[in-house]
Amino acid sequence: MKIILNNNPEILEGNSITVNQLLQLKNFTFKMLIIKINGTLVQKGAYETTAIHDGDEVLVLHLISGG
Amino acid sequence: MTFEEIKKILQHKIVGIAGAGGLGSNCAVALARVGTGTLIIADFDVVSESNLNRQYFFYDQIGKPKADALKENIQRINPSVKVIPHNICLTKENIPALFRDCDVIVEAFDLAGQKEMLIETVLTEFPDKPLVVGLGMAGWGNNDVIHCRKVDNMFICGDEVSEITPDLPPIAPRVGIVANMQANVVLDLLLK
Repeated sequence: MKIILNNNPEILEGNSITVNQLLQLKNFTFKMLIIKINGTLVQKGAYETTAIHDGDEVLVLHLISGG
Repeated sequence: MTFEEIKKILQHKIVGIAGAGGLGSNCAVALARVGTGTLIIADFDVVSESNLNRQYFFYDQIGKPKADALKENIQRINPSVKVIPHNICLTKENIPALFRDCDVIVEAFDLAGQKEMLIETVLTEFPDKPLVVGLGMAGWGNNDVIHCRKVDNMFICGDEVSEITPDLPPIAPRVGIVANMQANVVLDLLLK
């Protein structure tokens, strides 16, 4: 399947993947994250159960300290 | 648009500023100078000497709650701005009530965990409200990598990579650039 991850096209195996699987696959190890799928926030507790499908647009924003 | 016309529009606008540190204090002052009607400013902290390398406070304000000190400073700049200070720690429970009436919310926290909490709360409670986030401004130099990008209703200002460390502290020039960039986005939104 093909998704858009942070504005870049990504080809992934299979028909769907959970948010947690995507984070592992892309080695996104930051603890502080904001994740949106097609413009909707994915709640923290739902990373294991929320699936990403073909054509989805995914934002993974790493939050870093400073201000 | 003349400055008189700009002021006329802005006087009815309300901006919420979450955090009155390096980002929040400088962003609030810029918005006050142009005549934003109401600023709701929340911070639990007091001014300390180490803040003065970047935050819009003065030596004789050390020990004062930041939200109150910022109100004081803004009123010396532009007394027509209404400043509502809240000396509280923002949480996902109190954010909705505090910022419900704001036209725009500015994320101006220091710690990544607080930024995450605020963004999650705003995206959950007010998905249509513009949110202007400051992300990555430690150190000095590297003007050219500081940017602003829009993700739905969220505007991200900063370089998105420079995290604070003992060897890469947040200091006035870069923090000020990002704070003013946030104010510039807010202005753009308010004048649309």
